[in-house]
Amino acid sequence: MTSVHTTVDDRRRAPATSVGARRRALSIAGLIAGVIIAILLSLAFGSRTVSMAEIIDGVTSWVQGQTPSHIGAIAVQARIPRTVLAIMAGAALALSGALMQAITRNPIADPGILGVNTGAALAVVCGIAFFGITSPYEYLWLALGGAILTSIFVYNVGSVGPGGSTPIKLALAGAATTAALGSLVSAVLLPRTAAMDTFRFWQIGGVGGADWGTMAVIAPLLVAGTLVAFICAPGLNALALGDDVAVGLGVRIGRTRLLAAVAGVVLCAAVTAVAGPIAFVGLMVPHVVRMLVGPDQRWMMPLSALGGAILLTLADTIGRLIGYPGETEAGIVTAFVGAPVLVIIARRSRMRAL
Amino acid sequence: MTTLPATPDIAARTALVRAGRIRRSRRRVLVMVVLAVAVLALLSAVIMIGNTIYPVSDVLAVIRGESVPGASFTVGTLRIPRALVGALAGLAFGAAGTTFQTMLRNPLASPDVIGISAGASAAAVVCLVVLRWSGTATMFAALIAGVATAAAIYFAARGGESTGGRLILIGIGIGAMLDSVVSYTIQRAAEWDVAVAMRWLTGSLNGSRWEDVLPLGIAVAVLLPALALLSRQLKALELGDAAATSLGVRVDHVRILLILAAVALTCFATATTGPIAFVAFLAGPIVSRLVGHGSSLTIPAALMGACLVLTSDLIGQFAFDTRFPVGVITGILGAPYLLFLLIRTSRRGGSS
Repeated sequence: MTSVHTTVDDRRRAPATSVGARRRALSIAGLIAGVIIAILLSLAFGSRTVSMAEIIDGVTSWVQGQTPSHIGAIAVQARIPRTVLAIMAGAALALSGALMQAITRNPIADPGILGVNTGAALAVVCGIAFFGITSPYEYLWLALGGAILTSIFVYNVGSVGPGGSTPIKLALAGAATTAALGSLVSAVLLPRTAAMDTFRFWQIGGVGGADWGTMAVIAPLLVAGTLVAFICAPGLNALALGDDVAVGLGVRIGRTRLLAAVAGVVLCAAVTAVAGPIAFVGLMVPHVVRMLVGPDQRWMMPLSALGGAILLTLADTIGRLIGYPGETEAGIVTAFVGAPVLVIIARRSRMRAL
Repeated sequence: MTTLPATPDIAARTALVRAGRIRRSRRRVLVMVVLAVAVLALLSAVIMIGNTIYPVSDVLAVIRGESVPGASFTVGTLRIPRALVGALAGLAFGAAGTTFQTMLRNPLASPDVIGISAGASAAAVVCLVVLRWSGTATMFAALIAGVATAAAIYFAARGGESTGGRLILIGIGIGAMLDSVVSYTIQRAAEWDVAVAMRWLTGSLNGSRWEDVLPLGIAVAVLLPALALLSRQLKALELGDAAATSLGVRVDHVRILLILAAVALTCFATATTGPIAFVAFLAGPIVSRLVGHGSSLTIPAALMGACLVLTSDLIGQFAFDTRFPVGVITGILGAPYLLFLLIRTSRRGGSS
């Protein structure tokens, strides 16, 4: 009996693993190639389209710290910061989404849908209106605080009652909180026309206003969040089997959840503080990656980061092409791609069983 | 139930049921009368109160068409349209909201939460700020966009089980997408348009004109009775699709008619005042507390909607140093109730 079982098991596992490994290798290679292509496209397209030679010229002279002589290379240099920010922000948002989905075991967990962005927005608006804050560094800390408070609040409201956090309860809690905080934002802004004008440029997320200074401020946060995400990945794998099994496997579930949650919120809050609210990246990318490499978090996390970087960089490039001669923010592009993806997810998954 | 005699006596039971019915319908009529009186009182308050308070005689004279110095402009041109638009929008939001909540069997599923108002506002803000269309054209564009949004959500959610929950989830996603259109347009707007455009984020009665009253009035006059008539079938739908079918309700047919009427009301109101937050969402649950179960909520909820809008407008105009638009007040008043409802519904294990 036992020998039969082992052979069946071996037969079942052996080819699957090799196929899985080949598929993973292909996915990694594909995603890395995708990032490189996305970077090239982002440098090449815009209100002035440049050639490959100009890209190389622009980047090399940028590395050497010189100002290039002709306009194409200058355009390339101007596009470097926003490309870097798009990669950082996209990777962080996708990681944050992957973490939140893993912790809540909920397929629609995404900072945009859970109202985290509006929380950050309210904190920033209060800062502008009541404390006269103008520097991006102070925005950053306010946004971070607002985002953290809101996400804790929404998650708690959304997981009251039997069954914990179902997708619908979380989504409704997020939508309701967004509406409520949105009214507060209007209440603070309406009497202050000047603040309103400052703020409306903060309402849609985009990477157009990329600035090395603020990026340097959030970079340590992003690096720390990413490291924590990678460290938590095996623990999150165990959590996916249910709390009891995870405890049996020797995972400290409370600590793993807390660490992963803090990392997830810090990642998305830091990005929101610099790039504004960008929805749906954290929702879409982990789902696509799960289709590619399966549910193993140790692969999900790094590949989601790559996927998010591709998505946001492409969204920014597409936004520049659609909005010609101006530009459309990346946040709008991701919203338009993301809503249909949400529809597909909602149609695929059975609402109760999640 | 405890008063029933030990031996089953059909006549006594029938009498008990009948007494219950009469008691409930009396309560419903009472609530409706009280709400109607409240709406009238609030209307007159909005018309009379302001920087200058005009006596009833002046207001009546203006309504009769006589020219009263000062009052003719303030009351006739500014305050009466404002009051009427507020009341009509409140009626529309209240009726549409309770229809959606009853149909989807979820108190949280009102048109403002599931993205239909967002569709109407997106169309309206694009037409007004970008294309610079007139009020009437904007209203029809908003109507078409709202119906299209509702249709998209409905068809995306169709098929398989548990349509209600999926519909809400899809609606929230599509609403998020359309809200980004509103923000985008506002960001592109010239600085002097920002105040106008902000209306499409919050909803406001400022700048209501006589031209706005007529289309909204016609819409409410046609669609509100239609909803009230259909609401009998709505009660059957509340029992679940299978039960409703066996009671002789053509489920898909009735549902599409109800959705169309409710969406149209939402869109007309949104195109006139902007999405006044939470009115559609609050009116139904408040009224169902007052009226109790077992009877149609459409008309009472409509009246409650009008009360909410007019009260909030009075608060927004006079309670603070700054004049806040009505949507901000309803948003702030509504938010705690929304969260309370959310927690209570979840505790009970409802709203799957």
